Amino acid sequence: MPQNPRDRAPGKERDKSSGSLATYTAGLGFALLLTAGSFFVGKTGLFWPPGLPVGLAVLAIAQMGVHLVFFLHIGTGADNHNNVLALAFGVLIVTLVVGGSLWIMMHLNANMMPAAAAMEMRN
Amino acid sequence: MNTASTALDTPEEATGPSAAGPAPVEIVVAYGFWIFLLSDIIMFSALFASYAVLSGDTAGGPVGRDLFNLQHVAIETLCLLFSSYACGLGSLAIDAARLPAFYLCSALTFILGATFLGLEITEFVGMVAQGAGPTRSAFLSAFFALVGLHGVHVSIGLIWLAFMVAQVAAQGPRDYVLRRLHCFSLFWHALDIIWIALLTLVYLLGVGS
Repeated sequence: MPQNPRDRAPGKERDKSSGSLATYTAGLGFALLLTAGSFFVGKTGLFWPPGLPVGLAVLAIAQMGVHLVFFLHIGTGADNHNNVLALAFGVLIVTLVVGGSLWIMMHLNANMMPAAAAMEMRN
Repeated sequence: MNTASTALDTPEEATGPSAAGPAPVEIVVAYGFWIFLLSDIIMFSALFASYAVLSGDTAGGPVGRDLFNLQHVAIETLCLLFSSYACGLGSLAIDAARLPAFYLCSALTFILGATFLGLEITEFVGMVAQGAGPTRSAFLSAFFALVGLHGVHVSIGLIWLAFMVAQVAAQGPRDYVLRRLHCFSLFWHALDIIWIALLTLVYLLGVGS
């Protein structure tokens, strides 16, 4: 069947015959490296503690990118347009849900009266 | 008068990609499944958000540092990662119509996934036995909901994989069987992505901070 050059199924590579095994193996290698990095950063006491969450988040996002590109084959090619667009929308919603919840709840916590004071007001 | 149509070189550009007709079934199916996966990830994001909000509310009970064993978690992570790799090799094998290699890779995928699930169930049982069940604190409720939902997805994936291998054995690598297998491998790789977020937010940050 003639294929529209602008479409590609998510997870399918354009060139089926060559380089696919290499792609998966490279993905595995990168993922192993980044996982080892995450565990190292998490376990060692070498890093400034307040910076730890940021460092771990960076490593995690990098590894998600590796999985998307090497295992799910979501790339930047013109034929991958629709898949990337859907992914971008998903990322937007996830950011809104997680970031928004954290933001609101942090402010609520900060503005909340301590429990003891609330009890006193009620009496 | 052909100067008016110089900007429109090819018929496709003149009318847009939809003029090429409907996309092949393979693309439509995989795209639909990709949308499902993204909505599944959005569902997970709600539980991630509630975990992030509730992770400090331990009600005087155990905190993550007392409960999580990073060595255990590292083995779980490796199981899932190699399972994903085996699944990828399996889809290469079936695309090349090499059935024995496909069965071998699927068996590896299944065994590694089942090992992951066994480790997770052991962890849950151990936590409940030491009084850190989901009823202990808001932190533990959110933990069991989030990690448990991922575990449920892995269980469903294992059942799905068993069905797919049976379909290949019974009906051969036909088009619709290949499409379903392709959806399965997308599902399996997406579970890995969710596990990375879980590993970082729940385990590494829980122990590290």
